[in-house]
Amino acid sequence: MIEGLPALYIFMLSAFTGYEVISRVPVILHTPLMSGSNFVHGIVLVGAMIVMGSAEGPLQLTIGFIAVAMAAGNAVGGYVATVRMLEMFQHSPKKGAQ
Amino acid sequence: MNYIIDAVYFLTAAIFIIGLKQMSSPVTAHRGIVWAGIAMVVASLATFGAPEISLEVSSINLQLMLVAIVAGSTVAYISAKRVAMTDMPQMIAMYNGMGGGAAAAIAAVELVKLSAGGESHGLTIQILAVLGAVIGAISFSGSAVAFAKLQGLMKKTLRLPLHQIMNIALFVAVCVFGYLVATSHTVSFDHVIIFFVLAIVLGVMLTLPIGGADMPVVISLFNALTGLAVAFEGFVLNNAAMIIAGTVVGSSGTLLTQLMAKAMNRPISNVLFSSFGSDSGVAAEEDIEGSMKEIQANDAAIMMAYGQKVIIVPGYGMAVAQAQHKLKEMGDLLEARGVDVKYAIHPVAGRMPGHMNVLLAEAGVDYDNILDLEEVNPEFPTADVALVIGANDVVNPVARTNPDSPIYGMPILDADKAQNVIVIKRGKGSGFSGIENHLFYADNTRMLYGDGKKAVGELIAGIKLLS
Repeated sequence: MIEGLPALYIFMLSAFTGYEVISRVPVILHTPLMSGSNFVHGIVLVGAMIVMGSAEGPLQLTIGFIAVAMAAGNAVGGYVATVRMLEMFQHSPKKGAQ
Repeated sequence: MNYIIDAVYFLTAAIFIIGLKQMSSPVTAHRGIVWAGIAMVVASLATFGAPEISLEVSSINLQLMLVAIVAGSTVAYISAKRVAMTDMPQMIAMYNGMGGGAAAAIAAVELVKLSAGGESHGLTIQILAVLGAVIGAISFSGSAVAFAKLQGLMKKTLRLPLHQIMNIALFVAVCVFGYLVATSHTVSFDHVIIFFVLAIVLGVMLTLPIGGADMPVVISLFNALTGLAVAFEGFVLNNAAMIIAGTVVGSSGTLLTQLMAKAMNRPISNVLFSSFGSDSGVAAEEDIEGSMKEIQANDAAIMMAYGQKVIIVPGYGMAVAQAQHKLKEMGDLLEARGVDVKYAIHPVAGRMPGHMNVLLAEAGVDYDNILDLEEVNPEFPTADVALVIGANDVVNPVARTNPDSPIYGMPILDADKAQNVIVIKRGKGSGFSGIENHLFYADNTRMLYGDGKKAVGELIAGIKLLS
């Protein structure tokens, strides 16, 4: 069980990590990066699956179904969108300094 | 088995962080997203082994779950594959909204379980579930409104009478019902329903008055909020991957939002709580000296073809007209004539930071020639022609000169300092913010009216005539 102070530590350290990872990113990658982080929170799919797995009764099952479907959409859509954007950067490989 | 699943979640979180790090450099970015994608697939597969999920194929939960995964994935896959690059911003808003909605739905299931007499996992967990629910629900409905606006399904800004007061009242009501749901031992089902409805309405109300020009900031903010909501629900479900990935997105998204807001020189609070054109003082017309002077495509082509240096300033209009490929073709023609061609990108040009870069990259423009604000501004005075295509507010000199203007203080591209300015524009109207652009009236500015793609096509024809 992750709770109490350790939970707070994880939260704090993750927050700093996120800040640090982004802090020196060139402007041209802002949109792909936003899209990429949009994909990363698609991990909510795992939680939606767990919740739906233990759902009881039609109401819980329905909400769980919505959760899983939306989470899957987040993950897949986020991935495809990011890859499509990043592929464009591969068409123009970096030339040597002019 | 549980140890293996926990190990998978742990590795997933680690790979996400490495993937995001790789995504912050153009060279490794593609590898980063592929790694993260693999980690996501493995984590999802591992979740089928979680103790909460019955692996019996006869389980209705499992069957429906597979249907949900296939349905959600298919819809998202097809839409993401099909959408034009120019419409990417609203698609990101939509996928983000789905993530926020999923986080809120997770909380909803947990709270409904409690209301049905389920065992509480403690006050802290209940509070976190409610917090994640509010944030997720706001992100869900707010992103939906952002999508509708960018997709053109909805008016750009909409303010109801007493909008601000209604928002405050809604916010208080959400807090009250959130408090009731989070702190009671026997959660009332009705309270849960009211709570979610209020939170969803609040998301809509917060986003309605925000103008299209501010949408990049708002989408980025909702992205960060979804991350936070996922993290909170991760605490509720005791899932390390959700906690770490959600928090990382929450903080990196917040930083990204700040960077964007800073580029527009508007604090985030300003973006959220006041909208352009809301105070009537802004609309008051100031006197503008000079008049708009039209130019024909052939003359414009000659100006550029015989120049030493041309700086192209693209904006959202270029994206709408899908003119990036034509623009690249024109740039190549000019370069073949020995003209130095550069592209100047304002941090908030388009609907998202980097939107223009993505489009120009799509067209195959070498990114050594794409300059950002700090790099390019010193170059304008030595440029023979600044070609503004579909950009407006980001080249409006009143941001430097008129303290009364709502965009005063926003860093702009100094296109007006070039020897000659050619503006390709669809019509005579003002920009997204509704502010008159003094650049269009300047002595050294010529207007080339027409659809961006068609106008550039004419320019290309004009340049070809010369060789």
